[in-house]
Amino acid sequence: MSLKIVVLAKQVPDTRNVGPDAMTPEGTVNRAALPAVFNPEDLNALEQALRLKEQFPGSVISVVTMGLPKSAEVIREALYRGADKGYVVTDRPLGGADTLATSYTLSQAIRKIGDYDIILGGRQAIDGDTAQVGPQIAEKLGLTQVTYAEEIVSLNLEERKIVIRRHIDGGVETVEAPLPLVVTVNGSAAPCRPRNAKRVMKFKNATVVAERTPEQNEALTAKIAQKPYLDITQWGAADIDADPEQIGKAGSPTNVKAVKNIVFKAKESRTMTGSDADIEGLIVELLESNTIG
Amino acid sequence: MANFYTDNPEIKFQLGHPLMERIVELKERSYADKDEYDYAPENLEDALDNYDRILELTGDITANIIAPNAEDVDAEGPHCADGRVTYASKTYENLDATVKAGLNGVTMPRRYGGLNFPCTPYTAINEMIATADAGFENIWSLQDCIETLYEFGSEEQRQRYVPRVCKGETMSMDLTEPDAGSDLQSVMLKATYSEEEGCWLLNGCKRFITNGDSDIHLVLARSEEGTRDGRGLSMFIYDKNQGGVNVRRIENKLGIHGSPTCELVYKNAKAELCGSRKLGLIKYVMALMNGARLGIAAQSVGLSQAAYNEGLAYAKDRKQFGKTIINFPAVYDMLASMKAKLDAGRTLLYTTARFVDIYKALEDIARERPLTPEERKELKTYSKLADAFTPLSKGMNSEYCNQNAYDCIQIHGGSGFMLEYACQRIYRDARITSIYEGTTQLQVVAAIRYVTNGFYSQYIAERQQETVLPQFQALKDKVNAMGERYNACVNKVNELQNQEYQDFVARHLYEMAADIIMGHLILADASKDADLFGKSAKVYVNFIASEIEKHASFVESTSVEDLDAYRKAQNTEVNA
Repeated sequence: MSLKIVVLAKQVPDTRNVGPDAMTPEGTVNRAALPAVFNPEDLNALEQALRLKEQFPGSVISVVTMGLPKSAEVIREALYRGADKGYVVTDRPLGGADTLATSYTLSQAIRKIGDYDIILGGRQAIDGDTAQVGPQIAEKLGLTQVTYAEEIVSLNLEERKIVIRRHIDGGVETVEAPLPLVVTVNGSAAPCRPRNAKRVMKFKNATVVAERTPEQNEALTAKIAQKPYLDITQWGAADIDADPEQIGKAGSPTNVKAVKNIVFKAKESRTMTGSDADIEGLIVELLESNTIG
Repeated sequence: MANFYTDNPEIKFQLGHPLMERIVELKERSYADKDEYDYAPENLEDALDNYDRILELTGDITANIIAPNAEDVDAEGPHCADGRVTYASKTYENLDATVKAGLNGVTMPRRYGGLNFPCTPYTAINEMIATADAGFENIWSLQDCIETLYEFGSEEQRQRYVPRVCKGETMSMDLTEPDAGSDLQSVMLKATYSEEEGCWLLNGCKRFITNGDSDIHLVLARSEEGTRDGRGLSMFIYDKNQGGVNVRRIENKLGIHGSPTCELVYKNAKAELCGSRKLGLIKYVMALMNGARLGIAAQSVGLSQAAYNEGLAYAKDRKQFGKTIINFPAVYDMLASMKAKLDAGRTLLYTTARFVDIYKALEDIARERPLTPEERKELKTYSKLADAFTPLSKGMNSEYCNQNAYDCIQIHGGSGFMLEYACQRIYRDARITSIYEGTTQLQVVAAIRYVTNGFYSQYIAERQQETVLPQFQALKDKVNAMGERYNACVNKVNELQNQEYQDFVARHLYEMAADIIMGHLILADASKDADLFGKSAKVYVNFIASEIEKHASFVESTSVEDLDAYRKAQNTEVNA
């Protein structure tokens, strides 16, 4: 009895160690100043997948990412840890996607993979912090979703049922859900295991076509015939039958007006009483400054 | 994120040594595994890239999993109940991480599931684990024992045991007994062959056995009834699954709390012979010990690094008299000396590891085919170099890590004496390194013949011929002059032909040889990478200049007649 598992992964700028040059003067993320890393909660999701694989030997873990060709790095990182296959969805028209277009694109990629019992992803990515992509994929694929998962408590493959412990405000909640489903995993779940030495040596040269120069590609052809695992699957918009209207900028209703780096200074603090007048004044002020509302 | 490998480019520097090409070629049998194993390298560059990546991976695990667990492991320690040992809870996390990372059976051939890494990158892994937690390093590095089983066991035994170790089962070497510590010839654990059981049965007890409740034990036992010396001892393999060995108690130690030190009771424990009878001590334990000594040298360097890291971080942070204390000469002198000892000790460690690599790879090839005359000569050369350098590396690095741990606490001042900073754990952990696997005094015993027979002098003379970058020429001249001073001392002792006097000044001669060799090595490193080692080379040569003066002065000014002032026992006992 084995499972088909899809893990969603994203390469993100490491916003956990932000230096003074993390933002450009224009207010966008200065990607050059931040190392690109495996989104931390996606690693938590991968660990849950690897545990399922240990429990159900023969299970296949496919990792899917959307991004620039260099995002194949997260696929390699996943392969090093025990994933079986990787897919990089990369194409110029896919660029500039918001969560809606991203979830559409990823759901198309998952449809193309076809056979799955469980789709795991991190709760949210540390660059956008939206936590929307996982749930949107579930909606698009018409699947049950369990968010904020902390641990897969049990999985009964015969009855096609899964029991998951969720992290909720002030406690935990244990739920049962049918397969197939989408699970988004919280950072409080078990950390991902380290890379494995043999797998690092095996997969270190695995790449997608777009990462290779034509010369490298030519040199690799014979090798890939012998060792197919050195070629990570690369899909463009057409490969996943994506509707051009629903991908990239065209498919993204979200418009970022501006991103500002706001530093709160102590002198901006104010003391006010708990009187109705003071509270009302504060609410009005926050509404006017668009801080709330 | 911290990484003990990428944060310390001094380690990677060692992989760039020209001798690595020969080591990899031998270890990889000209890359014969490349089509059979998907993780085998295709060429030198590929192999070195593999080592680099696995060391980076190790640097990550050690800095981000093992090191953060060290304090808890130290505080909790292992437990013993019903004859079995339970590790500190976070030791299991460390084991899980190293096993999942596949850092087991590192040096074993791929056909048994190993990584087939040479000893040099293995030593680097070892060092980093020790920097993170020296107690855990003991448990992890006992995988060394498999080398001995691999070298002397039968093919059938290899097939049964090596894959288990590659999958993460732990090992121990059961040598010491209450009355047999440094003097292993006195081992009394009894091995009797049972016709009924068709195997050997072990009876007796062992003491101070590191990780004594391991899965697979190598046991030194007396198989020849009526004998009393080393020639009656054989080596046995005891598999814990067989049962028959219980842990009576675990020791309460000053340091390395993560590592359980056990008293073992053998009651008709079924065991199998490893290799030939009677060669247990004289051949196999000697091989085991040489590996273990290099392991302790790596552990010592790892601890030196940890001490330096802690000392440096505190000195940069602590303010007194209106400035951070790192700005005071008295403090930066300590830090610079720590770093110089660390860098000099490390280059000696890897020099030794490379010697071990060449001779071990050739020995292994000799099990497959006859060696060519050139290879036989090469084997002899490197085998001797390894034998001469292992005691230098173990002795000096273990002393240096103790000195560095001492200075690390000194830099912390009063806070260092409190049990809340890591420096106190490093200090306690370091203390054992100059004791176990042969005390420093025994390293001197192992090395002294290379002093008196001129082997070190010859090696030093060869290193003197090396050219250095112009800015290091003055330092090179200084070290060259030290060589002359050393030779004069050796000559004096040789001419006296008095064994007791030679034993008496042996430590001084040993340290002089080691200091000068490390002086040459660090200058060679600095000439390859002046930015990385230039400062340490300068500091180290200044340091050993005074050390050589001290030791030479002692040897020059003492005589056989002076011994009487030192003797504390009756003459009859001294000479017994």
